[in-house]
Amino acid sequence: MTLPLLATTGFAAAMLIAALVALVTRSTAVAVLSAGLVSLFASVLFLFLAAPDVAMTEAAIGSGLTTFLFFFVLGRIRREGRDEQ
Amino acid sequence: MSNRFSIRHAAVLGLLALLGLAFWTLLAGYVPDTELNRTAAYYAENTARETGAQNIVTAIIVTYRGLDTLGEVTVLFLTAAIVALVLGQSKAPRGGTGSGFLPSGELLATGTRMLLPIILLFGAYVAVNGHLTPGGGFQGGAILASGMLLLLLADPARRFSHRIIARVESVSGLAYVAIGVLGVALAGGFLDNRILPLGQFGALLSAGAIPLIYALVGLKVGAEFSSMLESLEETEDS
Repeated sequence: MTLPLLATTGFAAAMLIAALVALVTRSTAVAVLSAGLVSLFASVLFLFLAAPDVAMTEAAIGSGLTTFLFFFVLGRIRREGRDEQ
Repeated sequence: MSNRFSIRHAAVLGLLALLGLAFWTLLAGYVPDTELNRTAAYYAENTARETGAQNIVTAIIVTYRGLDTLGEVTVLFLTAAIVALVLGQSKAPRGGTGSGFLPSGELLATGTRMLLPIILLFGAYVAVNGHLTPGGGFQGGAILASGMLLLLLADPARRFSHRIIARVESVSGLAYVAIGVLGVALAGGFLDNRILPLGQFGALLSAGAIPLIYALVGLKVGAEFSSMLESLEETEDS
């Protein structure tokens, strides 16, 4: 196996593992983080497959904005849940 | 009870198997191309000469498939408009926002002050250099918006002016369409980039209207994401 093929396979496997973790974990924060990790691995994969433009979009929107948006909303839910008690 | 669950499990397993089969047939029939197909060969051969862009992907997105890009921008615009419309219904009374926020930490506040100019500069760089290096208006706009998100995280009570965001958004959108129509009048067709001189290959101000279009798209996308984030922040369900 050549090195690029090995790296690509490794990142694909890491992506699958991160996706599984996001599915089975009980903690919401861990699930959000591993969903972001899926996007991050995907963007590295895009980079390996010679698509830097797509990699940039995936990293900026998939793993950046979306993850922060989830945390943003989570914090908001916690805050409002606390206010009601 | 257990019978119903087993039927449901069987259905899920069957669907997964079908999905796996679909992907497997895709993968099994995959043969790597030994040469570019006709369209790709045309792009690879003529892009640099026809558009003056160093990054072929950008030339295809902005010029050859410019109408599709306009469609994407429209979709994003509609999303932002609908988010603002839906979330605007439950807006908190004026002055009521920002009272229940936890103060953000010193680390985040100081780090934001240090990082924000760099992030904004990088976003502008990515948007304007789309015809030379990987990236472009969408990516640059997303980076600009993530800078805004950092600002909101560091200081949740901060508000941007909706008016400025709306102005930036609509002016850049209109200018984008105007450039496209100018292409019909002055050059080969809608969104033709040759309304401006192509310039020297590889220079920042080259490739005709591509840097201009991507700067506009970057501003538009950044303004749209920022307005979405802000309407999310402003919403109070109480």
